[in-house]
Amino acid sequence: MTILFVAFLACAGASALAGALMPRQGRVLASAVLLIGASTFALVLAGRVVSTGSDFTWSRSTLLPLGGLAIRLSPLGALFVILSGLVAAASSLYWIGYAHHSLNARSAATAFCLFVLGLLAVPMAGNVTTFLFAWELMALSSLALVAHDHARRRDAIAAARWYAVMTQGGAVAITFSLAGLAAHAHSTSFVRIATGATSLTSGAASTFFLLALVGFASKSGAVPLHVWLPRAHAEAPGPVSALMSGAMVNLGIYGIILVGRVLLHGGEQWWWLVVSAVGGVTAIVGALYAATSKDVKRLLAYSTSDNMGLVMMALGASGLTLATGHPAVAALALVTALVLVVNHSLFKSTLFFAAGSVHAATHSRNMDELGGLARVMPVTALTFLAGTLAVSAIPPLNGFTGEWLLFQSLLHALGAHGVAATITVTLAVAAVALTGGLTIIAFVKAYGITFLGRGRSASALEAHEAGPTMRVAASLTALACLVTGVAPYAVIGVVNRALDNGPNSPVAGWVTLRLTPLTGALTPLYLSAALAGAVILVVAWRALVTRASGYARVATLEPWGSGRHNQTARMQYTATSFGEPIMRVFDDVLRPDHDVDVSHVVESRYYLEHISYRSANEDIVERALYRPLARSLDWWARHTRAIANGSVHRYLAYGLVALVIILVVVQ
Amino acid sequence: MTPSIGGGVASALQLLWVLLAGPLALGLMRKVRSRLEGREGASVLQPLRDLRKLSTKQRTRPTDSTWVFAAAPVVLVASAVVAAAFSPLVTLSALLATRVDFVAILFVLLLGSVSLLLGALDTGTAFAGMGASRAAMVGAMVEPALLVAILAMSLGVGTSNLSRLVGVGVTTSTLAGPARILALVSFFIAILAETGRLPVDNPATHLELTMIHEAMVLEYAGPDLALVTLGESARLVLLLGLFANLALPWGIALGTGALALVGGLLAVSIKVGLVAVAVSVFEVTTAKIRLFRIPELLAGAFLLGVLSVISAVALR
Repeated sequence: MTILFVAFLACAGASALAGALMPRQGRVLASAVLLIGASTFALVLAGRVVSTGSDFTWSRSTLLPLGGLAIRLSPLGALFVILSGLVAAASSLYWIGYAHHSLNARSAATAFCLFVLGLLAVPMAGNVTTFLFAWELMALSSLALVAHDHARRRDAIAAARWYAVMTQGGAVAITFSLAGLAAHAHSTSFVRIATGATSLTSGAASTFFLLALVGFASKSGAVPLHVWLPRAHAEAPGPVSALMSGAMVNLGIYGIILVGRVLLHGGEQWWWLVVSAVGGVTAIVGALYAATSKDVKRLLAYSTSDNMGLVMMALGASGLTLATGHPAVAALALVTALVLVVNHSLFKSTLFFAAGSVHAATHSRNMDELGGLARVMPVTALTFLAGTLAVSAIPPLNGFTGEWLLFQSLLHALGAHGVAATITVTLAVAAVALTGGLTIIAFVKAYGITFLGRGRSASALEAHEAGPTMRVAASLTALACLVTGVAPYAVIGVVNRALDNGPNSPVAGWVTLRLTPLTGALTPLYLSAALAGAVILVVAWRALVTRASGYARVATLEPWGSGRHNQTARMQYTATSFGEPIMRVFDDVLRPDHDVDVSHVVESRYYLEHISYRSANEDIVERALYRPLARSLDWWARHTRAIANGSVHRYLAYGLVALVIILVVVQ
Repeated sequence: MTPSIGGGVASALQLLWVLLAGPLALGLMRKVRSRLEGREGASVLQPLRDLRKLSTKQRTRPTDSTWVFAAAPVVLVASAVVAAAFSPLVTLSALLATRVDFVAILFVLLLGSVSLLLGALDTGTAFAGMGASRAAMVGAMVEPALLVAILAMSLGVGTSNLSRLVGVGVTTSTLAGPARILALVSFFIAILAETGRLPVDNPATHLELTMIHEAMVLEYAGPDLALVTLGESARLVLLLGLFANLALPWGIALGTGALALVGGLLAVSIKVGLVAVAVSVFEVTTAKIRLFRIPELLAGAFLLGVLSVISAVALR
């Protein structure tokens, strides 16, 4: 297996070099092909680890300080490598076509390759140093990609700034947590840390877990640390958004499982109550802003936050039931969490591919300016529709099984334990249900307003279908959503192996998914077949009566406008108006800004000169939490400016004082 | 349990039953409403006659629509009949009865709702967009109430399998616990909202601005409109049938014998007929509530569901 790993490293390194050194002509093609090669080698390696169930290890102590470069690919990590690999391969393919629009500069191409390398390397890490190195590689290269071409995109700078602060803040928390654990175990190796952690005091373990949770949950877009995500995922170029939402956020979940379940062995009940609560709030806030957003990529980004919230709820339910002695429910909920992660990766990369194609074709992400794209971009529209149905948990797409498993997990978790957890789980079900409804609003809007109806602007009317590789990449991931929806055991089987569930898997079956030892069964295969059969029968009936009626063709008519003719595209519902009822229902939570400016004709107040209307729907967490924080930081910065007056001598003196203090403390 | 011939017959019977009982229930509800308002009203068979008439007319499509517009009614009917075929309406032993649960049925029905929403947006008109926007809002509020009600009912039985949920009432006498009653009330309010009945939506309205459901389907004509009506009425009797069987399970066939199926068919028809009459009487005595009071009603239904869950846990 070492040869596979070396081939993976060589391909990934070569792709970065190609990105840095090749001339513009063929640069992206070479990098992308090498990246697809690297992803394939990583996929084969991870596939073998999952199928044999034994770890792959490789280490070079000379390559990094503090314990060296150590690779230990466990079956659990291999699952995440498979996900990163699949999304990376599809994104690289997509990138070839997308590079005609942008993302073909030397720096961008290099950063793209390093980003993929980081995504694949994080779950392979076997010690703290390697993990943090890969983590930072992933964070910094994606930061460069978000900020790429910033001279022409003002919003990208703001997004990159938010992202930089949040990701580095998170990395600090993770570093403290892992360094603390390593110090206790006197080793940076994860295996040693796991054995050493049994002697940790409860307070120390809780501190390390919470620190890690802050860092990892922020990566997965958990409220209130999510503010960077809708900006960065929306501003990033198409294939990068897909990588960020389809692969990078997963690694936050991987981190929580790594620290909470592998290194700290499950820990205490209240940790997982915290995880559940954070997940619930994240799901609702994400779904609400997705339902009221008019920027299609921002909508997708908030939906990522929402889905990671659902995953955290499943993780929380798993940890909770494990701590209260219900291993069967805990196993089911953990499988659920990972199935949700896999499903999300597949449908969200599809959606971001399609949204990226729309952005490339129309230069707009504002749905109020789009519309009618299904006629000019039929393949892109179809893939977005598949993603829409999948994310809305509608059969026969893959989101449906995930949602069903989540409901079963919560149902059985509720049957399993005491009063405090009962309330949490009931609220979790409520959150899941509310999120489900809001998600449908968000995505009916995203698909319906962007792709159906009439074009609302010149750029929407003049759009062209995306290039062939972009279409193929989106179609492949969309097809994966359908296949894993009809045969979800393709995913669940891999997850069972990754978790080493053995013969007593909590859920199994190709045709009928059965929960063991709990009760519950679902047959997505027969349901999908029945739906397909029913559709065929109804279409046949309609064809039959149409023929019997004697009308040869379908009449094309102007739609009804209450007797008014010549309806224009401007009269259609827009994304803003579609989401308005929800905005109004959740007025107290969202607190949107409305501003109506009316000026009257001088002669009479009954006649208007003009009306202008502005509405802004800024993230409430950002307004309530981060604005005051930024203001107070600003205040402190202004008042401490006196000690940093630009004199080099003074700075050297500061350095000396700091050194003396450190020496005194260390002594 | 492998799929059996008896189960197949039962499923086919249920499928045909919702297609026939749906329009008849509409006719019955209109008749009851007319009589209570002092009018003679059209025959109970009128909706069936309307469907026959519609199916002989020409199909139409708005100028800028795509295949989504034409597919929406088909998917609506297909999802409704698939959900009906596998639910415990006539018998507890329909095809796949052990492998399809309440949540699955709910999400299959959701496929129909979503396709109708997309079909509406495909017309590119203000009315359809307005209807879709409102229907999506109501749908988003209904789903939490429905799921929590299902959870509450499932808790007592330990599974969300529908046949078990109905069957537990036939075989034991633990039916009328407070948890179940609260959950059923919540479920019933959710059904009224989901199927667009008063006080949430007025199915008989002729003013576009007050419409929810009707505004969405304004552009459909001929066989497509027939499918929309058929699909919507099938969903109505399916949900009312589920409610009736969950509240009063007696009479439902346990197996798939010929006699049992006929008995089950009669039982479910009578039960749904009674519930439909009750809904109709309720509709005459109530007015449509304002659009933005609907979330309050559904939040009430949701709270009942939460109360039901808590009492199910507390009384265990």
